[in-house]
Amino acid sequence: MKLYIPPQLTRLALAFAIFISLFLVLRHFLVPDTFGQYGHYRGASLIDNAQPEIHYAGQQACFECHQDIQDLKAQDVHSEIHCETCHGPGQKHVLSGESSDILKPTGREFCGLCHAMNAAKQKNAVFQVDLKKHNIGKNCIECHNPHQPWEMKK
Amino acid sequence: MEPHYQHLYEILANAQGYIFPNEIDLQWGILIVVYPFITGLVAGAFILASLERVFKVKILKPTYQIALLTALSFLLVATMPLISHLSQPQRAYEIMITPHSSSAMAIFGFVYLWYLMVVLLLEIWFDYRHSMVVWSNEKKGVMKWVYKILTLGVSDISPRTVKWDRKLGYIITVVGIPSAFILHGYVGFIFGSIKANPWWSTPLMPIIFLFSAMVSGISLVMLVYMVISHIRKKVIDVNVLDAIGKYLFFVLILDFTLEGLDQIQRIYEAEESFEIIKLLVSGKLYLTLFVAQGLVGTIIPLITLAFLQFYKHKIKLRKTMYFIVSILVLIGVYSMRWNVVIGGQLFSKSFSGFTSFKVGLIGLDGTLMAAFWLVLPIGILAFLLWLLPPWKMVEEEE
Repeated sequence: MKLYIPPQLTRLALAFAIFISLFLVLRHFLVPDTFGQYGHYRGASLIDNAQPEIHYAGQQACFECHQDIQDLKAQDVHSEIHCETCHGPGQKHVLSGESSDILKPTGREFCGLCHAMNAAKQKNAVFQVDLKKHNIGKNCIECHNPHQPWEMKK
Repeated sequence: MEPHYQHLYEILANAQGYIFPNEIDLQWGILIVVYPFITGLVAGAFILASLERVFKVKILKPTYQIALLTALSFLLVATMPLISHLSQPQRAYEIMITPHSSSAMAIFGFVYLWYLMVVLLLEIWFDYRHSMVVWSNEKKGVMKWVYKILTLGVSDISPRTVKWDRKLGYIITVVGIPSAFILHGYVGFIFGSIKANPWWSTPLMPIIFLFSAMVSGISLVMLVYMVISHIRKKVIDVNVLDAIGKYLFFVLILDFTLEGLDQIQRIYEAEESFEIIKLLVSGKLYLTLFVAQGLVGTIIPLITLAFLQFYKHKIKLRKTMYFIVSILVLIGVYSMRWNVVIGGQLFSKSFSGFTSFKVGLIGLDGTLMAAFWLVLPIGILAFLLWLLPPWKMVEEEE
């Protein structure tokens, strides 16, 4: 007896073969050239990622000019806090040297971002100040040097 | 104050207690709620159709094609909420052309494709081929060619070939049941495998998703059957509703028990995350979990369905009750997806705080978009029912 193959089965096999080949052809053209160059990603994306403008300079760049601040900072509790945490992105200032190109925050609210009372924070981790009671009307930096907070200004 | 600190203060006002910086905004919004909901409807509707086919539940015959076409309409849209949620939707195809074996989403693409191409389309094709050949001979003009193309040119309707349609269709259904389980189990797996999130990370997640999928799919088919019969001005066969209602009742019991087990396990284990989860479910999720999912979506339908098993009320009242139950169950399952997806992102992984979620109305990630993806399958279903009307199919002798 001759083996009977239903016609719909052969037609479906053909349809699937066409679909899969189409997928493979499309895949051939759609996969980026540099894909798999270094790993399971597009190699050229490394070049793309190097393109955006740099905003943060890193504190070593600050210390090249501001050696004095480095020394001050090293002696007190803010030693681990990088310059750009408070002063904002500094690359523009590094390139121009203009003091208008860097933030110099002064307000009580700014210090309060870290130091305001917050029940959810661990008490001993960051010193907390009740801004509603502590020397109202005065700016923090009138008494504290932000680079050396516990050396009180006279 | 500087503008960017101003912004930070505004968004921090939505947070309670201590949260990590990347937890302020929810990464997965309402579209990711819609995605498992739609996928679940597909799997559930298909499983109901398979019941008729594999286990020969004759009474469900009028819902067989409706269930298959409902599954197809929703499956075609199932990935759209995900794609519109991407920041770069035009790159969505990349996950398919360079899939990484360690990426759960990439493999989902292939699970989805398998289910669409090999299971659902083939089953519908085998089921309709005979009718489509007949229709292409009857119709004139464009429609003649549409049906001709849909048959892929296989116009042989000799009894032997038609018998093979049935045989092959049966094989596909048998393969289809585990495939439907995998499809939706996989959606649960995607959440359940996220180790860092104690609200999601449980091996029960795929199973819970699967059973809630069956619950929602069965309800949807029941609802669609009633609406279609109403539109066609045909009598709704209450025996069909009773049969679907019975399955819905059993699956709902299983679903309820499994979710209950999951919660009891959590409560008894009381891991370090338990305190924050307790606050979450009794606070931010109270309405959607206890009221919408528990009371409206599970308890009330369970009591009603149990009641309907024992007391045969007047037919009209029974129909009304089934109609309301199916809508309530759909609301309940949608809430379940909400509670999982949104709930899992509301508490901080520090276990010491909460963020909050406000759904936007417009935009790619907004309510209107989500509503669109929920309404579109209904339009597709209407089109498919017009193109492939189950009530005009060629009757075959068994």
